[in-house]
Amino acid sequence: MNAPGLVLIFAVAVLYSTGFYLLLQRSLMRVVFGIVILGHAANLSLMLTDHAITLPPLLTGKDGPISDPLPQAMALTAIVITFGVTTFLLALAYRVWLGDDNDEVPADLEDRRIGRLSEPEDSS
Amino acid sequence: MLLPAILALHAAVAALLPLLADRFGARIFLLAGLPPAAAAVWALANASGILSGAPVTAGIAWAPALKIGLDFRVDGLSLAMTLLVSGVGAIIFGYCAAYFRADERGLGRLAAIMVLFAGSMLGVVTTDNLFALYVFWELTSITSFLLVGHEDHKEQARRAATQALVTTTGTGLLMLIGFIMLGTAAGDYSISGLVADPPEGGPWLTGALVLVLVGAFAKSAQVPLHFWLPAAMVAPTPVSAYLHAAAMVKGGVYLVARLAPGFAEAGVWQALVLSVGLATMIVGGWRALRQDDLKLLLAYGTVSQLGFLTLLGGAGTQVAATAMIGTLIAHGLFKSALFLSVGVIDHETGSRSISRLSGLGRRMPLLAAVATLAAASMAGLPPLIGFAAKEAALEAFVPGAAPSPPPVAAGAMLAGVALASVLTFAYSARFVWGAFAVKPTVAENRAGAPSPLFAAAPVVLAALSLVLGIAPALVDHLAQGYAHALPAGHKPYHLALWHGLTPTLLLTVLVVAAGVALFLKRRAVGRLQNAMPRWPDAEYGYHLFLHGVYTVALSVTRRSQSGSLPVYLGIILATILALPGVRLVAGLITGGIAVPGPEDGLRIWDSPLELLVATVIVVTSIATVREHRRFPSLILLNVVGFGTAGLFVLHGAPDLALTLVLVETLTTIILVFVLRRLPTTFSVRPDGWGKRLTVLLCTAAGSFIALALWLMTAARSGDPVSTGYADRAGEAGGTNLVNMILADFRALDTLGEVVVLVTAAVAVSSLVLLNRRDRVVDESSAEPAVPAPGNAGGTGEDPGPPGTGALALPVHTAGAEAVGGEPAERDPRRGPESDAADADAEAPEAPEAPEAPDESEGPAGGRRGDSEQGEDSDDER
Repeated sequence: MNAPGLVLIFAVAVLYSTGFYLLLQRSLMRVVFGIVILGHAANLSLMLTDHAITLPPLLTGKDGPISDPLPQAMALTAIVITFGVTTFLLALAYRVWLGDDNDEVPADLEDRRIGRLSEPEDSS
Repeated sequence: MLLPAILALHAAVAALLPLLADRFGARIFLLAGLPPAAAAVWALANASGILSGAPVTAGIAWAPALKIGLDFRVDGLSLAMTLLVSGVGAIIFGYCAAYFRADERGLGRLAAIMVLFAGSMLGVVTTDNLFALYVFWELTSITSFLLVGHEDHKEQARRAATQALVTTTGTGLLMLIGFIMLGTAAGDYSISGLVADPPEGGPWLTGALVLVLVGAFAKSAQVPLHFWLPAAMVAPTPVSAYLHAAAMVKGGVYLVARLAPGFAEAGVWQALVLSVGLATMIVGGWRALRQDDLKLLLAYGTVSQLGFLTLLGGAGTQVAATAMIGTLIAHGLFKSALFLSVGVIDHETGSRSISRLSGLGRRMPLLAAVATLAAASMAGLPPLIGFAAKEAALEAFVPGAAPSPPPVAAGAMLAGVALASVLTFAYSARFVWGAFAVKPTVAENRAGAPSPLFAAAPVVLAALSLVLGIAPALVDHLAQGYAHALPAGHKPYHLALWHGLTPTLLLTVLVVAAGVALFLKRRAVGRLQNAMPRWPDAEYGYHLFLHGVYTVALSVTRRSQSGSLPVYLGIILATILALPGVRLVAGLITGGIAVPGPEDGLRIWDSPLELLVATVIVVTSIATVREHRRFPSLILLNVVGFGTAGLFVLHGAPDLALTLVLVETLTTIILVFVLRRLPTTFSVRPDGWGKRLTVLLCTAAGSFIALALWLMTAARSGDPVSTGYADRAGEAGGTNLVNMILADFRALDTLGEVVVLVTAAVAVSSLVLLNRRDRVVDESSAEPAVPAPGNAGGTGEDPGPPGTGALALPVHTAGAEAVGGEPAERDPRRGPESDAADADAEAPEAPEAPEAPDESEGPAGGRRGDSEQGEDSDDER
């Protein structure tokens, strides 16, 4: 079997890296952007399983190898699901902004409180 | 297969009892006693067959591949335990019917859990599979926890219940590890197989045995894990009599006795079992001597007897095993009789404190006689079964009488057993004296004699002690059924009242004399006990341990849980790099993972166009990261999406490209709607090591995934599963294979996808529209009055209604000041740039934003835009 082209691999590497970086930001909107980019990266990863440039998987009677339809069907589903997730996250980010006046992910208050404890609260 | 059915009967009756509790009150215990009674009858019916050497077996497959099964095997030892657990259990259930009042809290629950406990305990003593044993074992721990904590409104009860649970299940987990180690070493998880053919010795076996023994010791309250048993005495007295005298605490002893035929030869076994048993026996007896509460006296006595049983069960000789079964039965009978007597006393007088009871012997002559009989059995006096058992126990450790243990150890054991017997005699006498004697310094209790049903249970149990004592051959028959599996002594030994003038009889006389002396000198003993330095308290150790666990947990939590989402995600990425990443690099270095070469189709690109599109994607995605203004960032994100669609086109996936373009467009539209309400820039983290580290981490993680994908794709050797799809799509009359897959081959998946989308749509609309309704309410409340600045600013959450012209202007100014001024102070985490944005916002009249010219700058401006523009956009939708 053929390995995919290096250019494609490089693009996927950059997409994953930038997606991860955005995911690690405090701004919810950038987190959403990160999810969108990671979605692209994942869909391209699915396409990597098919090798070389081929014809679309259409039964039109043309000669030549056609591309594998299965990863395409998966990627198609993934694109649509990513869309749903993105919209939902956006709505959440919007609500956060309505309440907090910014769209940042705050640190967890309970965790911070535990961080300040010097003695266990209940050791009976 | 009758045995599994009896177990199921326990569960069924337990499910039924809570429903009947309201109607029948405490009489439900008579129904609850049926399953244990059935088990006892079953055991008696099968006794002769089992004792003639044909164990009853039954099995229900559970997870055969993992060698886990509900296998049952009832041999001599299991038979003795079953008779004890179910026979004594049935009697105690009858007693409960008289003990509990109809208005007792949670009566149905209590009865149901007791039946469940009886069933679990029956499972423990009859199962032949290590895993099933563990499951039943933990079921007894859990039911015991619920029973000890029955009076859950008392803190003491909750505390004792938790303590018992933590001690027994914590060590139970260690035991499970030991079981697995034993099973893997032997390749067999059946107990009978393991004992018949024990695995080779060595450190592995030693470790396994230590772990198993720790579990058994905790269950049977051996020093230093004995502290939970006296604390568990807060349970109702019948529960204590059943769980903490007759049944559950015998679980550990049972396990020791069960494994002894296979492992008693192991060095660690002898050392641990004999030393722990000896220490427990003496510590328990010594502490029983100083208790004032009759129940606690019995509890420490139980600890002592359990040590005794462990010693006998673990010794691994025929005589010791005979003595062990004898003591097991004797203890089950006399200790539950004594507990039940204490229950009667407590019930009739309201106290069980030695310093408050006086003259009960006169008021309750029958009970006094019964309890004295049981105590005599405990003290080891003829003609009770306790005497026969104690004779056998002394005989077991006469130096030189049996091949093991070696004479010196046997001598030490014998001295220990004799000392413990003296203590036992003394606290037995103290019990009888404390409960029934007339004490000149204490006012006599006025109590009536208990009802016949109430007194029946102790009478039956004590009578059995006497009957079996006069005819010890019955117990001996049972004992030989287990003991024959162990190495024999120099001459056969049987439980009997009279063996002739033997050294052990002389020893018994000495023990009784010393015991009488100890009892008569009880004041001196009390002074001595008070003068002794307090030895390290095991319960204190338990609290220290718990506190340690909490402290470690706190410090781990404090270090590992910063509460910051980016840090958590970063840790996940770092883990990906640390585990599969390192493995991948190692594989590449050692050559374990093949790198595709030119012959495998190594190439730069598939077409020059691909290079162009990929370059666009790379450049724009990096630019998306570096861009801190929202709208340019969004546009760059868009280009990344369209670039990806371009790659799809190049790789023969037009359907994907079309869908992606559509989705990208929709996403962009929605993003614009949201983004124009938000500040125009993202907050920025200052440059520094943190940021550099993040970049490095993300780049490494992205590169790892891409590299792994490359190698995995190259390593693929099978044909795609979709090879035959083309033919079948032709049959179905379709031409577009991707469509065929989505709409035909995998239609159900697509339906699921549609459901996801619908769910997301519902969620999004509810999140967005919820806000709109709030605003409508605000408007209606603000409209009648002329909107004053203070009023608008006061609403806080939603500044001012959308007014017109001159009226609106002061409102907006006030709102902008109130809202825009705050975040800069409130949120110091935000970077300098967003502070600047906030500062801009304080002058809301300055129009600055090129991307959204309709709105003024900053959060405050955005907010005001919400009330003005949001209205329009909502209407548009």
